[in-house]
Amino acid sequence: MVKFLKRFYLSLIFVFLYAPILVLIVYSFNESKSRGHWGGFTLKWYGELFRDRDIIKALYYTFLVALLSSIISTVIGTFSAIGIHNFGIFGKNIALNINYLPVLNPDIVTGVALMTLFISMNMRLGFLTMLISHTVFNIPYVILSVLPKLKQMNKHMTEAALDLGATPSYALRKVIIPEIMPGVITGALIAFTLSIDDFVISFFNTGSGVTNLSILVYSMAKRGVKPSINALTTLMLLTVVILLLLINRRTTKGDELIP
Amino acid sequence: MKNKVKYLAYPYMVWMAIFIVIPLLLVLFYSLTAGNINDPSSLSFSVNSYTRVFDVMYLKVIWKSFKLAIISTVFCLVLGYPVALIISTVKAKYKSILLMFFLVPIWMNFLLRTYAWMAILSPNGFLNRVLTLLGLPTLSIMPGQTAVVLGMIYNFLPFMVLPIYTSLSKIDRNVLEAAMDLGANNLITFLKVILPLTVPGIVSGITMVFMPAVSTFVISQLLGGGKELLIGNLIEQQFTVQRDWHFGSALSIILMVMILISMAVMSKVDTDNGDGGAPIW
Repeated sequence: MVKFLKRFYLSLIFVFLYAPILVLIVYSFNESKSRGHWGGFTLKWYGELFRDRDIIKALYYTFLVALLSSIISTVIGTFSAIGIHNFGIFGKNIALNINYLPVLNPDIVTGVALMTLFISMNMRLGFLTMLISHTVFNIPYVILSVLPKLKQMNKHMTEAALDLGATPSYALRKVIIPEIMPGVITGALIAFTLSIDDFVISFFNTGSGVTNLSILVYSMAKRGVKPSINALTTLMLLTVVILLLLINRRTTKGDELIP
Repeated sequence: MKNKVKYLAYPYMVWMAIFIVIPLLLVLFYSLTAGNINDPSSLSFSVNSYTRVFDVMYLKVIWKSFKLAIISTVFCLVLGYPVALIISTVKAKYKSILLMFFLVPIWMNFLLRTYAWMAILSPNGFLNRVLTLLGLPTLSIMPGQTAVVLGMIYNFLPFMVLPIYTSLSKIDRNVLEAAMDLGANNLITFLKVILPLTVPGIVSGITMVFMPAVSTFVISQLLGGGKELLIGNLIEQQFTVQRDWHFGSALSIILMVMILISMAVMSKVDTDNGDGGAPIW
C-alpha cells in the first residue's frame, strides 16, 4: 500500500514536470499554426526551424557565449582559487565574500548593476558586454567548486614536489592541477549550463542585434510564438536526454552532475 | 612557494573590484542621487527615490512579490520533501535514473519551460481546449496570480528537491536503525531524526526557491500578462522603459537588503539547529 502511494505520488510529480513539455512536443507536429486547433501531423516546423535566421542566430550566440565564457571563467577561476587558497585568513574571507556576491544577489540586481557600469563606461551593449557579464557570474561558481578540492588535497604534496626539485610551475601543472581536476570539470559544466540557460543578466547586457535563445523566446512569448519554437523544444529535450543517458552510462553515478 | 602562489589570484581581485564591487557601488550611488544620469554635473544627493517606495502602490507590489514567493516556496517544500524522501529510499540502480529524469526539465531552457505553461493555461490554450471537448466550462487562470504561482512552483521545484535529497542521502543508516531499536516508530523516527537532520537541506532549498521567486520578472510578465506586477517588473521597467535609474537602483538596493536579511535569518535557523542538535520544536 505504502509502496503504491509512493509510486503514485512520484508519477503525479513526473506528470506535472513533463506535461508542459509534452504539450509543446505535440504542438510541434501540428499542421495548424494556432495553438488550440489540431490540423493534422506535419514535420514542416522542423524544416522551418533550420531556415529561421533569427533562431539560428540566437542559437549561435547562445552556444558561442556559453563556450567562451565557460572556458575563460574556468581558467581564471581555477588559478584564482589556487591563489585564494593560499591567502591569509583575513584576505581569504574578504575575497570569498566578494566572490560570493554574484551568487547571493538576485540575477536582476547583478544584471542592472553591470548594465549601469557598461553604460557609465560608454561601452556599447552587445556581444562583448554579454560575454563579460556571463564571465562575471560564472567565475564564482568555478571558484566555489575548485576550492573544496584544494582543501581536500594533501598540503605536503606540493612541498614534496618542490623538495624533489620541481619548479613551482611544474608542481602546479603536474601535482596541483591533476589533483583538483574533478572540481575544475564540475565548475566548467556548471558555468556552461548557467550560461546557456541565462536570461536575466543577458537581457540587460546585450544589444545591437545580439540575442540569445532565452531573449528570443521572451520577446516571442510577448508577441506570439512561432511554431518552430515548439520544434526546437522537442529537439532540445532529445539532446538533453541523450546527453544525460550517455553521461549516466559512463559514470553510473549521476549524482556528480548535480550542481 | 606559498607567497608566490598568492599572486595567481591578484588579477581576479582587480576583476572583482571592477565587475562586482564598482557596479554595486554605482547602483548605490544612483539610488542616492537625483538628476539627469547623462549629465554628471546635474546629479545631487537625494533620498527621494527611497521615499517614493513608500507610496501605497509600490508597497503593494513589494508585498505581493513576497506573498507569491512565500506561497510558492511553501508549495515547493510540501510537494518536494516527499519526492526527495521517496527518491532516497528506492533501490540504488533506479535512484540515478529517477534523479536524472527529475533533472531533465531544469536542463531545458527556463524561458521555454515558462512558455510551455502559457501554451497550456492561456484562454485558448491546451487546458481549455480539453475542457471544452469534455463539455466542461473553461477556466481563466492565465493571466492571473494562480498562473504566476504555478509557474514559480514548476520552475523552482527541483531546486527544493535536490538539496533535501542531498542531506537525506548523507544520513547514516545506523542512526535510523538505532532509533528503531530504541522503540521509535516510523513517524517518530521521521519527526525526531530524519527531519532535524535534513534542516540544512531544507534551509538551502528554501533559499534557492525563494530568492529567484521573489525577484523574478519573467514569470510574472508572461503568466501574469503584465497585470501582476512584482518588484522585479518594477526594476526592469525603470531600467528599460522609464529610464529612471535612480528609482530602479533604489528598488534594487531594497530588494537586495530584504533578501540578505531573510537569508541571514535562514542561516541563523540552520546554525542554531546544527550546533546543539536541539530539536526545532
